[in-house]
Amino acid sequence: MKISRKRFLQIGGLTLCAVACKTAVGELLDIGEGNSPSAPGAAPATRWAMVVDTAKCFKKDGCTDCIRACNKAHNVPAINDANHEVKWIWKESFENALPSQANPYGGEKFRDKPVMVLCNHCDKPPCVRVCPTQATWKREDGIVMMDWHRCIGCRYCVAACPYGSRSFNWVDPRPYIAELNPSFPTRTKGVVEKCNFCEERLVNGQLPACVAACPEKALVFGNVADPKSDVRQILESRFTLRRKPELGTQPNVFYLV
Amino acid sequence: MFMIEKAVVGSRRYWTWVLCLCGVVGVGFLCYLRQLHYGLGITGMSRNVTWGLYIGQFTFLVGVAASAVMVVLPYYLHNHKEFTRMTILGEFLAISAVTMCMLFIFVDMGQPWRIMNVLLYPTPRSMMFWDMVSLSGYLVLNAVIALITLDAERKGIAPARWIKPVILLSIPWAISIHTVTAFLYSGLPGRSFWLTAILAPRFLASAFASGPALLILLCMLLRKLTGYEVGTKAIRSLAVIVTYAMIINVFFLLMELFTSFYSQIPALTEHFQNLYTGLHGEPAPMLVWGRISLALMAIALLLLLAPATRKNEGMLAAACAVTFIGLWVDKGICLVVSGFMPSPLGVMTSYKPTLPEVLISLGVWAIGALMITIFYKITLSVREAAEASTEECVATPITALK
Amino acid sequence: MRDRGVIYTGLLTFLALMTFPVWHDLAAKTTSRGPEPVMPTREKLCVAPLSYMRTSHMNMLMDWRDAVVRHDVHSFKAYNGKTYNMSLTGTCLTGCHTNKAEFCDRCHNYAGVSVYCWDCHVDPKMAGRSAK
Repeated sequence: MKISRKRFLQIGGLTLCAVACKTAVGELLDIGEGNSPSAPGAAPATRWAMVVDTAKCFKKDGCTDCIRACNKAHNVPAINDANHEVKWIWKESFENALPSQANPYGGEKFRDKPVMVLCNHCDKPPCVRVCPTQATWKREDGIVMMDWHRCIGCRYCVAACPYGSRSFNWVDPRPYIAELNPSFPTRTKGVVEKCNFCEERLVNGQLPACVAACPEKALVFGNVADPKSDVRQILESRFTLRRKPELGTQPNVFYLV
Repeated sequence: MFMIEKAVVGSRRYWTWVLCLCGVVGVGFLCYLRQLHYGLGITGMSRNVTWGLYIGQFTFLVGVAASAVMVVLPYYLHNHKEFTRMTILGEFLAISAVTMCMLFIFVDMGQPWRIMNVLLYPTPRSMMFWDMVSLSGYLVLNAVIALITLDAERKGIAPARWIKPVILLSIPWAISIHTVTAFLYSGLPGRSFWLTAILAPRFLASAFASGPALLILLCMLLRKLTGYEVGTKAIRSLAVIVTYAMIINVFFLLMELFTSFYSQIPALTEHFQNLYTGLHGEPAPMLVWGRISLALMAIALLLLLAPATRKNEGMLAAACAVTFIGLWVDKGICLVVSGFMPSPLGVMTSYKPTLPEVLISLGVWAIGALMITIFYKITLSVREAAEASTEECVATPITALK
Repeated sequence: MRDRGVIYTGLLTFLALMTFPVWHDLAAKTTSRGPEPVMPTREKLCVAPLSYMRTSHMNMLMDWRDAVVRHDVHSFKAYNGKTYNMSLTGTCLTGCHTNKAEFCDRCHNYAGVSVYCWDCHVDPKMAGRSAK
């Protein structure tokens, strides 16, 4: 079959486009959560999760032990300006943290009490879906991780997070760190940060800093995929709430109210 | 080949304008250096309102860039000969607008030197990746189209035949750039103001009203300054397009208002209360801007609807100016910032751009204005030379393409 | 030549400016000196051969970075068989190169290389102190 050069190039170009389209369509359909490819439907071996027992937390008024432990462990800057503040774990009012559960007759019991909020390390994190450089991704063990070397500071993840868990470094954070902790890096201006479930401590078999610091043991941390873990036992025996469940993000931070 | 030599020869008025623009660019650049040094904290953005003036301007200008299709489509697909002398002006407007878009994204980044990461680690599930692909592609497309067609005109011949499919490709591509930009917003589960299927259609409708409105104003300005005549029929034709687009845009807005206020779901109503009706005693940071945009859109619509005002060029200029400014307030200021109010934790944080932020934005606009000035200067010089050297209608080379 | 004065002045100025690095360093007596980093005393063997470290330590650090941050791999088997925890502050600066200013900075300053590692990674010497 005699084929002209022009025709050959046309066919070659079309084939290339078809192959590229197949890859692109494949990627688009797999709008997964940045997980490494695992067998569909296979249960994960590790899924880190946390239970916040608000009743125990309420017991000690004005306590900020978990916040201070986290900030110290991770060189989180203390910026007084609310517009530029950086926070990994903090207190919110009940109606701000769990708005779909608040009602006007809630009673004094709940209204003024603080609820600890942090990154939920969702099973279907919208922040991972939107990051253009994969500077944030979901690890095998469930932690939604940040790579501060790759982050371009576009703040798309901040826009995507339905929980307000992420903070951008509007200014250089170093002047606002009272005591530098050498075992963890600081961040620099222009990148986004959030709670990392103390992945650097988990490597050494330690509990997250906030969990270890809580005097009332109000924070319970563990592997929810392990039926014998504390968190799993709590979740199976008591009723728990999650923040904004209707959005389908499948958060891994559960609240006992 | 790039005909730059035509841009360095000009009247005193031309050079004064160019140098003024360079001054604005210079001031903006100095402010940007300060921003690089201090961080984005120099702007008015905050932990709750993380996108502000820069991304708002980017969103608006993507629309202006896409609107070139409103001239290209009738001319190349439907032989609408009235647009003969206007098409290339629309294409150059698109190039300048897309460049401004990319610059606004660049100045908004926290780590701009890492921008290549978007290409080094392509992430097809992220809409921002596709935005970069589509904007870059659109820039290249329009640059090639404008260059080839203008160069052919200068030589007095028909452009190469392969440019026709490239031009046809630019039509769906123009729609795609603004759709992808809308997708940046309309897929985020936590932002109820943007989580609506009608966002992309709203974007397109307001783009096709504001972009051609600007093009009409630019053509009128060109006629006044240089005597270059695109033709009354062209302007009237484009004015009809602006009118229809404005009608559709307002209609879509009314659809949004119905769904929100009839359903009474707070996640939907609170944004429109913040913008238009007020928040029952609570501070509504966007109320003034929202009402301004409504008023301007209403005035623009009234001016555009009446054929008498549309046919009177002075009134049309006013209508186009009100259209452009009204839609700029709606998309460049209200749309992006309102999405962050309230924050995911229910807090209404107000946003006010700072002086450095405004100066950087003006600097980017000045770069766009500079590009348009230079492109139009080159185009007009080529056309004047062509007219002087041949007695045939200058439009022959392009029509010979058909 | 009418403008002899102007031309010679211009030439001389140009030559002076172009040769500035040479005579400035001669005057400051820095020419013959190299960077002179202070070698570690605690450990005798490096995590990689010296020649490799000289040319490619930045590549090794990038590999360590990607392994730790992106793949959750923390231990590194060196060419000498020893295992190290991959950490710039924890291993490099704590175990061996305890004085960043006398080691890392010497070569970097000499070569005019500005690395941004220190924007985030903490020099152990600054531990406990306020970051101001």
